Amino acid sequence: MEEVKAMMAGNVWKIVVAEGDTVEEDQDIVILESMKMEIPIAAEEAGVVKEIKVAEGDFVNEGDVIAIIES
Amino acid sequence: MSYIEELQKRVQHIEKGGQIKYHQKNEEKGKLFVRKRLELLFDEGIDIEDAFFANCMDDSLPSDGVVTGIGKINGQDVCVMANDSTVKAGSWGKRTVEKILRIQETALTLELPILYLVDSAGARITDQIEMFPGRRGAGRIFHNQIKLSGRVPQICLLFGPSAAGGAYIPAFCDIVVMVDGNASMYLGSPRMAEKVIGEKVTLEEMGGAKMHCSVSGVGDVLVKTEPDAISYARNYLSYFPKNFREKPRAYESKEVKEFEKSIEDIIPENQNAPFNMHDFINRIIDEDSFCEIKKKFAPELITGLSRINGKSVGIIANQPRMKGGVLFPDSADKAAKFIQLCDAFNIPLLFLMDVPGFMIGTKVERAGIIRHGAKMLAAMSEATVPKISVIVRKAYGAGLYAMAGPAFEPDAVIALPTAQIAVMGPEAAVNAVYANKIAELPEEERASFIKQKQDEYRDDIDIYRLASEMVIDAIVEPNNLRKELVERYRIYEAKNVLFTERKHGVYPV
Repeated sequence: MEEVKAMMAGNVWKIVVAEGDTVEEDQDIVILESMKMEIPIAAEEAGVVKEIKVAEGDFVNEGDVIAIIES
Repeated sequence: MSYIEELQKRVQHIEKGGQIKYHQKNEEKGKLFVRKRLELLFDEGIDIEDAFFANCMDDSLPSDGVVTGIGKINGQDVCVMANDSTVKAGSWGKRTVEKILRIQETALTLELPILYLVDSAGARITDQIEMFPGRRGAGRIFHNQIKLSGRVPQICLLFGPSAAGGAYIPAFCDIVVMVDGNASMYLGSPRMAEKVIGEKVTLEEMGGAKMHCSVSGVGDVLVKTEPDAISYARNYLSYFPKNFREKPRAYESKEVKEFEKSIEDIIPENQNAPFNMHDFINRIIDEDSFCEIKKKFAPELITGLSRINGKSVGIIANQPRMKGGVLFPDSADKAAKFIQLCDAFNIPLLFLMDVPGFMIGTKVERAGIIRHGAKMLAAMSEATVPKISVIVRKAYGAGLYAMAGPAFEPDAVIALPTAQIAVMGPEAAVNAVYANKIAELPEEERASFIKQKQDEYRDDIDIYRLASEMVIDAIVEPNNLRKELVERYRIYEAKNVLFTERKHGVYPV
């Protein structure tokens, strides 16, 4: 099981996968908006998206868990 | 027994290292015997070995647990010290330390690169008076390393533990390669941490290879096996001269790797959309010539050695794919060390800019981002090797400065047509200047007002306007960038300047 964490503080701009989706290593899970930039947050391992812990528009801090992937 | 027979017998005994059970234990962990490591490291084995008979009056301490000598890598003589963990866990006695000091002093005298193949439990407590506190004690190893630093390349291959004081050997090397699962660095072991401060933690979590190569930044390169570490080191050295007096060797030029998409195709039009800077790098350097350093640490900034037209070039590039390419305290530190490394050994620098600036907010201010950013600026500013900055897309705020902007004496600032130089991006600028005005406007008028002001702002920072003001030296089509770089590096090779005269600067650390 892998926790996908925010690598920097920002707002959740887009969630690009749904719970139950199969994802590959390095596939984007959500895109944050921070410092006026789009910041993709990708899965470090392949697996199935078990849970998405944020909603679009949420503020997340560095290190917050965004999703859980089951490999 | 004849004299010759006695010599042969003693040599055979010493060459075998420690007891068989320790060899077996190492094998189980995927660790190679020290002499096997050296065989893989050198072109044709070790050429000369010193103090092979150290401590030979004690049968249980062959070579006193360390092999020192000289062999060739890519045809170049290099010094080496390699711990033998089958002999008292590679621990240091009086003669071990003296051997290490002597090979370092040889490296100083001959001005040859030195490699440290570390796999050691640290000091032999039983021998501490002889090896710890004195003038020729272990402290002098670090003193010698500091003296060697910047004169000759110093490389650490970490195959096992590097504990307590011993952990400063990697710290003073230019680069530390760590074997996942076996390599570790720590001042106090987990057992000591539990006893002294009450913390319960595993060795991997506290001082493992993954942690050091991604979190602390004390490690530079994470590899799976010992042969991987050795081949990384051999390749890494090919980008360097043998010492600070010389230039790196030139290799035969290779074409750029062929890709379906050109550079133009991979740069998104939207400045705020991410793309992978590695794709850009691979389209301007010789095929397969990228040797990345600190890949897993602060990945928002890429640092690595490459070849352009067969010649070494150190690349510092913002990575918009990670953290938007924003500069953080760790990325600034990473850049500062890499710039110093290249400058020390006459490797020209290439800055590839796509940077929204330094990160803001409480977290980074508390971490001292100003202090860390200053280190990067100082290192970049002091570098006197040929340096070229290429503005790929945005170069905002102090990001422009840190990435060798025009004020820092780069030999050239080249812009691609997609370049945008400003104190901040249009969105942030309009918000900063007109926030009150926007708030006063009726809801339905806001969007068009913002768009109009942003367009005006974009015109104001137009790249041709900056070229007209001679802020930048050239605007180049992306597909012609490599050719431009080849010409400029060839011409700047004549550069020979002294930054300034003094004992040393006083910058933040």
